[in-house]
This record gives sequence, C-alpha cells and structure tokens, in this order.
Amino acid sequence: MTASLSKGINAFKEVIDAPIASFFSSCVHCGLCAEACLFYTETGEAKYTPIHKLEPLRRVWQQEYTLLGSLGKLLSLSKPVTDEELTEWEPLVYDSCTLCGCCSMVCPVGNDLTYMIRKMREGMAASGHAPEDLIAATTRAITIGSPMGIKWPAVQAQIKHVQADTGIEVPVEREGADYLVLMSSMEIINFPEYLSALSRIFKQAGVSWTLASDAFEATNSGIQIGSSDLAREIVSRIVVAAERLKVKCVISPECGHAFTALRWEGPNLMGRPFGFEVKHILEVLDELRAAGKLKTRGKDNRPLTYHDPCQIARRGGVVEQPRRLLSEIAADFREMPDAGVMNWCCGGGGGVSAITRAEPLRLQVFKIKKGQIEATGVQTLVTACANCRIVIEEALEHYHMKIEVVGLTELLAQYLVEENASPIPSPVSGRG
Amino acid sequence: MSHLDLLTFARGSALNWALMLCVAGVVLRLFEIFGLGRKADLAKPRAARPGSGWRTMVTRSLPPEGMLKHDPVTYIGGYVFHLGLLVTIFFFAPHIEFIRSMTGLSWPGLPAALVDALAVAAMAALGTLLAHRLNNLVKRMLSGIGDYLAWTVTLLPLLTGYLAYHHLLLEYTLMLALHLFSIELLLVLLPFTKLFHTFSLFISRWYNGDLFARKGVAS
Repeated sequence: MTASLSKGINAFKEVIDAPIASFFSSCVHCGLCAEACLFYTETGEAKYTPIHKLEPLRRVWQQEYTLLGSLGKLLSLSKPVTDEELTEWEPLVYDSCTLCGCCSMVCPVGNDLTYMIRKMREGMAASGHAPEDLIAATTRAITIGSPMGIKWPAVQAQIKHVQADTGIEVPVEREGADYLVLMSSMEIINFPEYLSALSRIFKQAGVSWTLASDAFEATNSGIQIGSSDLAREIVSRIVVAAERLKVKCVISPECGHAFTALRWEGPNLMGRPFGFEVKHILEVLDELRAAGKLKTRGKDNRPLTYHDPCQIARRGGVVEQPRRLLSEIAADFREMPDAGVMNWCCGGGGGVSAITRAEPLRLQVFKIKKGQIEATGVQTLVTACANCRIVIEEALEHYHMKIEVVGLTELLAQYLVEENASPIPSPVSGRG
Repeated sequence: MSHLDLLTFARGSALNWALMLCVAGVVLRLFEIFGLGRKADLAKPRAARPGSGWRTMVTRSLPPEGMLKHDPVTYIGGYVFHLGLLVTIFFFAPHIEFIRSMTGLSWPGLPAALVDALAVAAMAALGTLLAHRLNNLVKRMLSGIGDYLAWTVTLLPLLTGYLAYHHLLLEYTLMLALHLFSIELLLVLLPFTKLFHTFSLFISRWYNGDLFARKGVAS
C-alpha cells in the first residue's frame, strides 16, 4: 500500500462515525437515491447512483468496523480498497456530486448520503484523488486568500467604484460594527452589483457594517475538496477577523457552500462555538424587512422565478426568506416545480463548477433545471448564490435560452426607497 | 428421526439457539454502530427544528412528493411486502398462540383467509421486487450475493408457512418443521445481512432527521 493510499484509508476510518455506520447498515440497495440524483436522471447511467459513489468508504467501514468484515479481511476474503479503485471513483465523488442533498431527502431508510460523500472526500483528498482543478483552487485559497486568486487590492478597486457610483462610504476595518460582510470571489469578479446593492440597502436601513481587509472571501475550497485542515485554515481567517473587529454577526454572501462552510461546519472545524452569529444575507434582509427597515417602492412586472441554491435551502434552512422578500417586489412570481427544499440543483455545486473536465456533464444535467425554468414561462430567474448564477448563465447560453439571471439582493436594491432620493437604477424592462 | 422429533427439535433447542444468536447479533451490531460515537455538533442549531429525528423515523415511511411515480414498483411492492409480512407474523392466530405459549402475551388475530391472502400478496410482491431488481440497471448494479440471500431467507418462512397451512407438497409435520427452520435461518442471518435494516433504519432515520432539523429543514 502506498503512503498516500494509507493516508486516505486512515482518513476514511477517521470520518466513519455512528451515523455513517447506521446508514451503511440500513441500505437495502433499493436504488431510489438514483431517482433524486440529477446526474443519474439526466444521463441514465447507473454509476451515478449516490450510494454507489460511496462504495470504497462502505468497504472500509465493513472491513474495519464490523465483526464479519474484520474476519473477512483477516482471512483475505474481502476486496481491499486500492489506488486504482479510488482513481476510478474520483469522477463519481467529485465531478458528479454537487452535495445538493436531494438523495438524502428521499432515501427510505433515512441515509444522509450527502453527509457521507462530504466525509468521503476527506479520504479522497488525503489519498491524492481529488481533481487537479480543486487542488489548484484550494492552493490559491490558502496561499493567496481566494480560490480565484483575488487579493485585497481588487476588492479595494471595487469599493472605489461602488463609492463613486452610490456616493455611500463602504466601511472597512470598522471595529464594533454589528455586521462583518463577506463576499465570494465570483461576486468580486463577476457581480460587483452585490456590494453596491448591499451598501445602499444597509445605508437605508441604518445598519452598522464593515468589510475586513484580511477576511473578505467567504468561499471555502477546503470544504469542497474535503480537507478539514485546509477548510479550518480558511474559516479561521474569518473567525479571527470577526473577533478582532468585535462584530455581532458575520454575513455569508450570496453563495451556497460558503454558508455551509461558515454556518454549519465552521464551529466544528474550529473546535469551538462562535461568539458571533453567522447569517446568510437573505436572512439578514428578511429580518430588516420584518423590522420595517427595508423599504421598497413599486413592483417588478416581469414574470419571475426563484432558484433555491441547495446549500441555502435544503442544506441551510433558508427557504421562506427569499419568497417573503420577493413578495415585496415581484408582481408575477412563479414557483418552479419542486421548489424549496426539494429543488433540483443547477449542477455546479459542491465544487463541480470548478472542475473543467466536468463541464460537458454539468451542461448535460442542467436539462432538468432547463425544463423547470421553461415550465414557468419566465424570462427572469432570481437566485441567491453567485456560483448557481454563473453556472445557470453558462448553461442558458449553451442551450440558447434568453433568460436573465439576477441576484436577489441586487434586485431588491433596484426597488429601494432611498432617503437621499438618488435616482434608482432602472431594471432592464417592465418595472411597475 | 421422525418428523415429530424434527418438529420438536425445531420448536425447542433450534429455536432457542436461533433466538439467542439473533439477539446477540443485534446487540453486537448495535454496539458496532453506537460504539463509533458521534462528535458533538458545535454549530448552533436553528431555534425552530420542525423535523426532529423522531418525526423523520415515521415520515420517511412515506414517499416524498413526486417519488412514487419515479419507481412505483419499488414503493408499492415494498408496502405490500412489508404489510403482508407484518400481518402474517403478528396477526395469524396460530402465530399469536405460539407467542403466547412462549411469552404469555397475546392479542386478537385477523381472519385466517385475510392473513392467507396477505401472505400470498407478500410473496407475490417479493417475486415482483426480485424481477424488478434483475431488470433495473441501478438495482442490478447495487445487488450482490447478500441481496439474493436476504431475499431467499425472507421468502422461505412465508412459502413454507403457506405450504404447511394448506397441507401442500410435504407431510404437515415435516413442513411445519421446515417452516420453523426457515424462520430460525432468518433469525440467525438477520443481524448480519441487510435484513438488519429492520432495526437500523430507525437509527439512520433519526440521524437524518436530526442532521436536517438542526439546519431548520424537515426531512
């Protein structure tokens, strides 16, 4: 056994806990999880069945943690996990699993398969079987501070533009602010309107907030690749900044896995509960709405639908907030089939969008989302995850669909009632 | 050894051993699961936890919206089989009498004709599910010898019980002895095959419900 394989097997052994043992013990091989996986439903290939993706981990569990399995191993009756097998499994564990969690919702015996895939990636990464693109992104996140290689000066440049456009100061390193705002690389590079929208909304609502120069990036490739050590390193930057600035709450941006990384995995990675709250931006905006601090004017007459980012809705519990916010500004809101916690993934979550070789597959499985969007008849899709947004935009272009994709924060800002009465930027069309 | 001797052995020592092995096996398997432990979740759960583990234990018995149409054979076959098996085991008057003789516990049974029909339905469902397993790409890929073994040892008690009740194929005493032996085989293998889901699914459903509920999602 090579040293790296040994490391991987040890990582597998380390992540196996009582829930995983109960999940493997309960599986009756009914295959229903396949029906909830868009990689299976859209390709018809049995290898994409979620429980099958976990086969190497299952065998390690069986051989190491069950009496019969141990006996089998002792008598050389069981098949050991090999490097070749893990190489074969790499595309199943990474390229064709977005950690969307749909399979975990339908398994009749209650197996949380996504929980297991996330854990399995620890062993895959430790054994050197993670996709090169994810390794590169994680390396950039560790060495540069962002998976896309963005440094603070790029954020500063964006701040300058936002301040010039809005006339609102973007606070930086403000100790004692209520909120520490994070962004995703995607927002910094592709969707600068997010910061602009946030500045205007927070100005109107009188929110005290700040950015931190050493913790502006919310995304966490360590989670996607499955390396808790690296994920901890990335999360700790945010924790250190939040504690230094003594904020009450850290706001996770319009990004799915960043929320999971910070809100649900963060304290466990750090080994201690946080002394501050972590909220998704939609939660904060909905709280402002409920408090009457988010005032909007007019309604968007365009037919709109909302794509639930998996990590925010199904894996994050933020389901009603976007709908309440949209009800404030959308005159013709239309739900997609299976909306909410049973939504279909865009196909690019869990690091899939960062894996170049997975692109054709990602575009193929987008067909399910394409059908859902078409069923609503809308020309405008709203979402709250920059990764979903870019994945959907690319796929829409691939399928020659003329659908505009907008972030919810940005859309809300378009209808904001601003005290200084500065001209409200007009949406593309049909504003009521 | 006469048929009666065989039946006496099947009802006596063999059953006692099978029950002991089953209980020991279940305890061992439960220890194998819980012995692994679970790290405390340090992330603060949402205040509202609409789907507790206990709730998911029950709700997961129903197909999520839209899933039934994806694989009706598995769902409907699964319901018919499990219902038929449960009724046959616990509501067939001779079974209740047998349990009463061993434990002193008893309850009202259902008409024999109804139990008979449900036992036949359960066997038909098992046959259908096997055919489905062999014809469905995903199920066939996932299936190994353990799956077919579990199928066989589940069918045998139903089949031998049916044949004994209707006095078919073999002499009644011998068939009844075979019925008991098939049950004993099932009991011994239950903890060590996928049949252990009889117990573990409640644990896995609880974990699933709890993991989701912490995030404010009812699973």
